[in-house]
Amino acid sequence: MTRHVVAEVSGFPDKGIRRVEVAGREICLVRLGDEFFALMDVCPHGGAKLSGGRLGAVVESDGPGHYRMCRKDEMLKCPWHGWEYDVRTGQSWSDPKSTRTRAYATEAVAGEELVKGPYVADTIPVEVEGNYVVVDFPDRSAGRTREAAEA
Amino acid sequence: MPTRTPLRIDADFHLPQASIDDLLPYLDEFWRGQVVDRELPSMPFRLTSYPPNSPLTKNPDFEGLDVSAALDKFGTDVAIASMLHGAVALHNPDMRAVLMSAVNDYVAKEWLDREPRLRGSIYVSGEDIAASVAEIERLAGDKRFVQVLLLAMQEIHHGNRQYWPIYEACEKHGLTLAVHAGGLYRLPPSVSGWPSYQFEDYVMQSMVFENILTALVGEGVFHKFPDLNVVLLESGFAWLPTIIWRNDKTWRGVRPEVPWLDRKPSEIMAGRVFLSLQPSDPPGPEELKQIIKHIGGTDMLLYSTDYPHRQFSGSDPLPAGLPEEALPDILSGNALKAYPRLAAEPALREAAAILEETT
Repeated sequence: MTRHVVAEVSGFPDKGIRRVEVAGREICLVRLGDEFFALMDVCPHGGAKLSGGRLGAVVESDGPGHYRMCRKDEMLKCPWHGWEYDVRTGQSWSDPKSTRTRAYATEAVAGEELVKGPYVADTIPVEVEGNYVVVDFPDRSAGRTREAAEA
Repeated sequence: MPTRTPLRIDADFHLPQASIDDLLPYLDEFWRGQVVDRELPSMPFRLTSYPPNSPLTKNPDFEGLDVSAALDKFGTDVAIASMLHGAVALHNPDMRAVLMSAVNDYVAKEWLDREPRLRGSIYVSGEDIAASVAEIERLAGDKRFVQVLLLAMQEIHHGNRQYWPIYEACEKHGLTLAVHAGGLYRLPPSVSGWPSYQFEDYVMQSMVFENILTALVGEGVFHKFPDLNVVLLESGFAWLPTIIWRNDKTWRGVRPEVPWLDRKPSEIMAGRVFLSLQPSDPPGPEELKQIIKHIGGTDMLLYSTDYPHRQFSGSDPLPAGLPEEALPDILSGNALKAYPRLAAEPALREAAAILEETT
C-alpha cells in the first residue's frame, strides 16, 4: 500500500465532489463537514463516473404523501440511472435487500476483481493529515489481486 | 388415499345482462316513472366490448348452456359473478347510482338466491365516490358479495387518491377490489388517444391494465391499505414480465420520489395482486412457461372461464403449459388468498384444508 495525498483540505468545499487520479486509477472524493469519503469513481451498475452525481438525503416515509429526510447529503446519486450509494459504505440503497447480504460493504478494498457486486461501490479509506486528504491505495505495479491488496 | 378433484373457483363469470324492464321492480316509484317516461326500457344499455354478434362474445362451447349448466360443465364449485351493465356509463349521477344499485339487488335476488355456487360483485362507478362508498356500505352485510368491481377505463386511473374511500370501504369489509376490462366509451381506451376500430379497442385493454397496476403501486395504494387485495379480470397476463421488470428497474433510480415504496414493486405486488387466467394471452405452452418463469410462479393466477365469452377453444379453460403441481392453487388456492370473504366460508376453508393434506 502506498499513501497518496489527493487533496488539500483548505481548498475542498463542504459537500464538494471531486474526481482525483491516484496511481493511475480514478476515485471519487466527497467532503461532508470535517469528514472525507472516497469511492472508486465507477458505478457498479452501469459504469458511470459517480463524481458526476449529486449528493442527497435518505428519504423515508410513513405512507403515501409523507416524506422525511434523514442523513442529509450522505447518499451519492449516480448521474446515469439515479442509483444511490451510501458514501460511508458504498452500499447501494436501490436494492437494499441484495446489499444486506454482501460482505464487502465497509471493507477497505481495491482492485478490479473486487468490483463484482452489482450493488456495491468500492470504498477507499481516507484520512486527513493536517491540511491534506490522504488515501491508502495500492500502486498499479503492486498488482490488482486481493492478496496483493491485503499484503 | 382417494384422489380428490381440486376445488374449482371461477374468478370471472358473467351473468346475462338484465334489461331495464327487469330492473323496474328494484327502483322506487320516482325512478320507475323517470325510466319509463323516458323510454329507457327500449335501450340496450350494453357495454359494447362484446357486440352480440361478434365471434368473441359467445363461446360455442357454452352454446345452449345457461348459468347453472355452465357451472356444471366445468365442475365449478364457486363462481365469482359479475353483471357488467351499461348503466355505469350514464352521466346523470343519481340515475346511474339507482340503476347500479338495482343491478346489484337484481343479482342478489335473481341469481345469488337461486344458484348457491355463485358469489357476487358489488358493481360501482368510479365517477361518484360517495355514492359508491354508500353502495358498498349498503351491501357489505351480504357476505355473498366477495368483491367490489370497477371498470378498467375511468377518467382518472385507479391509483389516484380520489378513489381511496372506495378502497377503504373494501378493506374495512374484507372485500377484494376487482378491476374488470371495459370502460365508459366516452374516454379513449388508449393513453395516446382514440382508435378507430373495435379491434384496436380490444387489444388496448391489456395496456390499460399495465397502467393501472403501475398506478396502484406507485401511488401507494398497497401501502395505504395493507389488507386490500386487487384482482384484475379479463386483463390477460402475458404483459406482466415487462411491466413488473420496468417497475422494479425504474424504482431503483427514483426511489426518493416515492419513499413509501420501501421495497421493489414486484415484492409489493406479491400476494396482493391476482389476475384471471382467461383470456390466456401467451401464444402457446412454451411461451406460457416462459411467462410463469419471468413472473416467478403462478401465485398471481386465478382460474377463470370468462363465461360466456370466447377466450379459449375446446372444452378446457386451463391453457396447456401450466405446471401440474400448481393446478390446485390456480384452481382455488390462490383465490382463497385473493378473496378474504371466500377464505372465511367454513365449507371452502375445509375443502381447501383437505386438499392441502392430500396434495
